[in-house]
Amino acid sequence: MPSPSAKKISPAEGRGLYGGYGGRYVPETLIPALEELETGWRAALADLDFISELNELLANYGGRPTPLTLTERFCPEKRIYLKREDLLHTGAHKLNNALGQIVLARRLGKKRIVAETGAGQHGVATATVCARFGLDCVVYMGVEDMRRQRPNVERMQLLGAEVRPVDIGTQTLKEATSEAIRDWITNVETTHYLIGSCVGPHPYPEIVRVLQSVIGRESREQILEREGRLPEAVIACVGGGSNSIGMFAGFLDDAEVKLYGVEAAGAASLGSGRVAILHGARSLVLADEDGQIADAHSISAGLDYPGVGPEHAALRDSGRVKYLPCTDDEALAAFERLTKTEGIIPALESSHALARALDADESLIVVCLSGRGDKDLDEALAQLGRQA
Amino acid sequence: MSKKLVIFLMSGRETPELAAAAAQGGADLIELGFPFSDPLADGPVIRRAAERALSEGMRTKACLECLAEIRGRVQVPLVPFVYSALLEAYGHERFVADAASAGASAILVPDLPVDSHPELRRIQLVAPTSTDERIRLAAETTDGWLYLVTLTGTTGARAELSSALAGLAERARRLAPPELPLYAGFGISTPEQARAAAEIADGVIVGSRAIEVAEDGPEQLRRYVSSLRTAIDAAR
Repeated sequence: MPSPSAKKISPAEGRGLYGGYGGRYVPETLIPALEELETGWRAALADLDFISELNELLANYGGRPTPLTLTERFCPEKRIYLKREDLLHTGAHKLNNALGQIVLARRLGKKRIVAETGAGQHGVATATVCARFGLDCVVYMGVEDMRRQRPNVERMQLLGAEVRPVDIGTQTLKEATSEAIRDWITNVETTHYLIGSCVGPHPYPEIVRVLQSVIGRESREQILEREGRLPEAVIACVGGGSNSIGMFAGFLDDAEVKLYGVEAAGAASLGSGRVAILHGARSLVLADEDGQIADAHSISAGLDYPGVGPEHAALRDSGRVKYLPCTDDEALAAFERLTKTEGIIPALESSHALARALDADESLIVVCLSGRGDKDLDEALAQLGRQA
Repeated sequence: MSKKLVIFLMSGRETPELAAAAAQGGADLIELGFPFSDPLADGPVIRRAAERALSEGMRTKACLECLAEIRGRVQVPLVPFVYSALLEAYGHERFVADAASAGASAILVPDLPVDSHPELRRIQLVAPTSTDERIRLAAETTDGWLYLVTLTGTTGARAELSSALAGLAERARRLAPPELPLYAGFGISTPEQARAAAEIADGVIVGSRAIEVAEDGPEQLRRYVSSLRTAIDAAR
């Protein structure tokens, strides 16, 4: 089982800046907690007990390594492999991060966990690890997302989490994140904020990237074993950007591998955002010229976020990763196609990456199938116009 | 030396009149909120006020015009309370220059910790969770006075004055240069709380409750501020 090796930590180490993006734009109250978190994180990474506890959990609780599946009928003219994070326990890549952060939170002596969730996958992963370790769990979720992702709300509640509806502003992931941060400000001494994506103030973007980099590490080993060569392209969807940053982490040093991040066309922070400050970090954000944050739109609750992790902003600027948009309709078509041709129901989020794999120029491709689509059935069937 | 009373108001069309009422009621300084869509330090009252202000078009330029209009009506110092997202978009230096020419005497940025952007001169905030080292740095670099955040939490009225204030004020007195004024804010809404805070700090900042009272008009605000003034003046 590979470990989160120190050399794979991003160039942000120690400063929290990625080409000028990132940083800590939060009230002073949180700074000591962020420093404590950073110190605890560095100590954990250097501690073999932490690494082995996490690897044991990832393997025997989470189900890692996840398979790499070669599609047969989805796109017969190409060799498209799917990295099956949908087969991870709880049905999405979010568990990789939740497990790592819960082990970290326990080392820091925290008794209570707060989290935000959009699609509900991170909320479910957080509620799951809190149930496993017996910690109190509060998940903030926008009222609009609670409607779209009702099965996940019920799962979180069954797991013992309190789901707090957020009915302000857009009632989606943006507001849920703000409320989770406000809860953390209020309860900072007892509480760990288990952020779900590679966003937020330093050191969160780095923590989430390192914990998700297992996706890219495994994918690289698996494709080399199967094909005897690296893929021509790696494709992953980008909301806040955690599955994609974890996937890309395995291939950033392989200059010949093209990396594509796929954003929802209505939430394309990297495609059409500007430099702004949201949720404690400077990044590319859908914002107006005054710095006020704009509404995002996506059929997929997990991509419906106006910001993106600061490392993605830097990767866009450097040109190492190309970021492409995908419309709701294109994602729905890919959702239906994978279901019908491979017998795999993908999350609507991952369907964005699948859509761009279909029309990519490359022919040996690894796509991160970041989650399964059970949670999306109501929304997808309604949109496809054939709900029973 | 009499204790200072700071009243927070959100920028808006009616704010100049409200500011005049607050000054008549005995406010020594007015903090002027520049609304932001995602204000992490604020509780529900100021958040709603910000949403309303944004829906009325109170963007950065309009807020600066509001500031200038208030400057024309009252004598007390004016301090914009502005999130770093707005400064990022407007430009730090440009904002400082334009705020000064509109009549601001300092600025306050609630989500810019003391070690970020040290070149931007501002009133620094410290919290009960701040380390001694950070309190010392904030006290050395602050612009005029130091903002003591009385509690770990967001803005908004509380039933009791935070028990963390006394310890924070004691640490700040020990670590700050002599004579640096310490003003206490967050969670102070009643005259009794204001008086108790004034017995610990050199000034008291009242925000969310002032915003709520201001919804009932300038005369109500003047009376409320006057009750705070009386309470603070009775502090030992």
